[in-house]
Amino acid sequence: MPVESIFHRLEALLPKVQKPIQYVGGELNSTVKDWDSAEVRWALMYPDAYEVGLPNQGVAILYEILNELPGTLAERTYAVWPDLEALMRAEGIPQFTVDAHRPVRAFDVLGVSFSTELGYTNMLTALDLAGIPLTAADRGDDDPIVLAGGHAAFNPEPIADFLDAAVLGDGEQISIAISEVVREWKAEGRPGGRDELLMRLAESGGVYVPKFYDVDYHPDGRIKRVAPNRADVPWRVHKHTVMDLDEWPYPKKPLVPLAETVHERFSVEIFRGCTRGCRFCQAGMITRPVRERSITTIGAMVENGVKESGFNEVGLLSLSSADHSEIADVAKGLADRYEGTNTSLSLPSTRVDAFNIDLANEFSRNGRRSGLTFAPEGGSERMRKVINKMVTEEDLIRTVTTAYSQGWRQVKLYFMCGLPTEQDEDVLGIADLAKKVIKAGRDITGSRDIRCTVSIGGFVPKPHTPFQWAAQADHETVDRRLKALRDSLRGDKQYGKAIGFRYHDGKPSIVEGLLSRGDRRVGAVIRAVWESGGRFDGWSEHFSYERWMAAAEQAGVDVAWYTTREREENEVLPWDHLDAGLDREWLWQDWQEAVTGGEVEDCRWTPCYDCGVCPTMGTEIQIGPTGRKLLPLTVV
Amino acid sequence: MQRLRVRYAKRGRLRFTSHRDISRAVERAVRRAGIPVAYSAGFSPHPKISYAGAAPTGVASEAEYLEIGVTTPCVPEQVKLGLDGSLPPGLDVLDVVEAGPGGLADRLEVSDWEVRLPGADRELAEVAVEKFLAASTVDVERLTKKGPRRFDAREAVLRLVVSEGTDRTAAQVQGRPCVILRMVVRHMTPAVRPDDVLTGLRLVADFAPPVPPEVTRLAQGPLDASTGALADPLDLDRDTTRGGEAGPAGEHVAG
Repeated sequence: MPVESIFHRLEALLPKVQKPIQYVGGELNSTVKDWDSAEVRWALMYPDAYEVGLPNQGVAILYEILNELPGTLAERTYAVWPDLEALMRAEGIPQFTVDAHRPVRAFDVLGVSFSTELGYTNMLTALDLAGIPLTAADRGDDDPIVLAGGHAAFNPEPIADFLDAAVLGDGEQISIAISEVVREWKAEGRPGGRDELLMRLAESGGVYVPKFYDVDYHPDGRIKRVAPNRADVPWRVHKHTVMDLDEWPYPKKPLVPLAETVHERFSVEIFRGCTRGCRFCQAGMITRPVRERSITTIGAMVENGVKESGFNEVGLLSLSSADHSEIADVAKGLADRYEGTNTSLSLPSTRVDAFNIDLANEFSRNGRRSGLTFAPEGGSERMRKVINKMVTEEDLIRTVTTAYSQGWRQVKLYFMCGLPTEQDEDVLGIADLAKKVIKAGRDITGSRDIRCTVSIGGFVPKPHTPFQWAAQADHETVDRRLKALRDSLRGDKQYGKAIGFRYHDGKPSIVEGLLSRGDRRVGAVIRAVWESGGRFDGWSEHFSYERWMAAAEQAGVDVAWYTTREREENEVLPWDHLDAGLDREWLWQDWQEAVTGGEVEDCRWTPCYDCGVCPTMGTEIQIGPTGRKLLPLTVV
Repeated sequence: MQRLRVRYAKRGRLRFTSHRDISRAVERAVRRAGIPVAYSAGFSPHPKISYAGAAPTGVASEAEYLEIGVTTPCVPEQVKLGLDGSLPPGLDVLDVVEAGPGGLADRLEVSDWEVRLPGADRELAEVAVEKFLAASTVDVERLTKKGPRRFDAREAVLRLVVSEGTDRTAAQVQGRPCVILRMVVRHMTPAVRPDDVLTGLRLVADFAPPVPPEVTRLAQGPLDASTGALADPLDLDRDTTRGGEAGPAGEHVAG
């Protein structure tokens, strides 16, 4: 069946919309493969605006890997803004890919990458525009398999009705495996239709197919059990772990957009996973164990990426980049290589210690020393023990003093509000800390020209973390504490003017909490929000708390029950049948230790504390040092 | 410091690039191509690339110009190949010369525009053009960043003719007849753009095309007062730096 580009129809609409370039594709290093000669066709969606979705590493990596397979084709699609959505509806133009502007419904698989739950409504818009029934049960053999991935897929239950399947963990190998299953099934003449294809995927234990699992509830609303409703479907579905990152040095051909995007740089993931054990951090829990990319591969990827893209900034990504076992050599080696080239280096995720300043100094050789960011996360020593973020006030003051003394002018501090056991004084402690930071900076520099910005986010308890049982703070409490903090900062005559304060109100966190720890019954809320016009929930100008609450009421869903209610040890959680490798007993024990202030060390440097991941998943910590160094490049 | 003057086209779907999009793309292409671009001094060094009179977002062009400062002398033909190969297809480098004396922007006196109006009525178009040209002034209003602004769209229009061709871009069914306006417009302040002229046609004769027009800048440059023709603005550079080797003609086929 020939599939035609819809571009000629779209083109007439583009003069009427904002930033039309985001819809035309044609990025450097993008790929358009021949439709008819491909056996398996993927549409990969990042369910947010192009400017956010294009730099997403997950989509970029899978796009490249799938397109490298001879019989497989992959194109990208993003959420269209409401102005274009309205025009597309009026003209009957379907959701399209930006690569060859093919209608999304014509693909075999629609893979949607969820970094956050706030993209759920955008997926519904895309499905609807594509002409794909919203509910998986209504889909026929001509509809693509709608497949979710990304961190939010570790609890896909709220969107279970809309999904055919979900995949947990690293996508590189499993996407190839899925492609092969689809190819075989198609080559055999699609035996058993859609149902058999899903069955073949589910049997492996590596792909979650929600419809093959039934959820029973207790009369009080708690889940009684989640059980497969077919033979050969495993009780639990496991996450995927790529063990050797050096074998997967993607992106090799970075996409370079014409439109402006949120990250204008070439990014290299220097390691995956984190075992610092911060109890609030879902990413750190679900991506274990730590697997480093070697210094040699990092160097080669940076060299290639800069050459292929022309970007003038390189980001070394990971959950805590300064923890790479050879980060000092990586930093020095890259700084040497790119000194004087106007190529700048950045290390986005950093921790509080002086070593970090040395790294930042290396990376700022080419440019100015403007701002450094640290994340103590908790305002008081007690709070930081609860979340297992082991930074003392002394550490922080010593670190910022070093930073200010070496010419850094601004320090940004990240915190959270609404953490378990938090009291008003824990949040007010942030103000004291910020004032001490400014005082230390003024003392060491003898200058008043230094600043500190406090940036604070609302804590949302996440699945597969020790805080998965915790009660989320209600938004009134969060707002009250934030207001008290703001007053304390602004009211300070001596230091107030040197401290910036950035925060959001507590309401969006409640919706995020509902979606994070929700079960299948929350799907009705998402659908009702979408039907009443909910779009782009990650954008404050589009997000409406009232719309979410009204939809919850309409669907008979008690938001507080899902968010501010603490769970008992034995309550079946909606994601218990999805295996991130973490031992449930260990998580519970760690939750209990959080409340009593017990600390957990990092298992990279201390003995294993049995979180359960490595034995369950057959994985192991993979870190250096390799002892290698980066050699100078002959031609820069 | 050697300065290179570049003529480039934005074609097809890349006509939806904004000026800022193009400047980012050019900066990256310059790095990819390994052109030894000079940087400004100071805290945040910027590559020395300057642009002259960029066509608006959504408008295609066969004649956009920019100037690159380089730290070591380059062979223009090599820069042309390198830069073109490093830019995405649709941003195409057509000509590179070493800058001679005199500013480039001063030479870009007029633009030659092609405006395709799919589905428009040719007779109505001709009547409207006739009325427009017969008027001494045609005041139009355009929403600018500073709010609505009224100005005369007539004086800047040196030439305006109606012809007919077939649809070229993908927006319409290939091969269907299509009204084409050709207009030579003098660069003034405020700038009179083809859509201002279309607004003028609507005002004088109620002429309104059914779908958005497809606009292409075919050329810009100095006006030869004796012939009324447009000259290649880079010829002057070629005359002074290479002794008058001919460049490409003024018109290219839009992609």
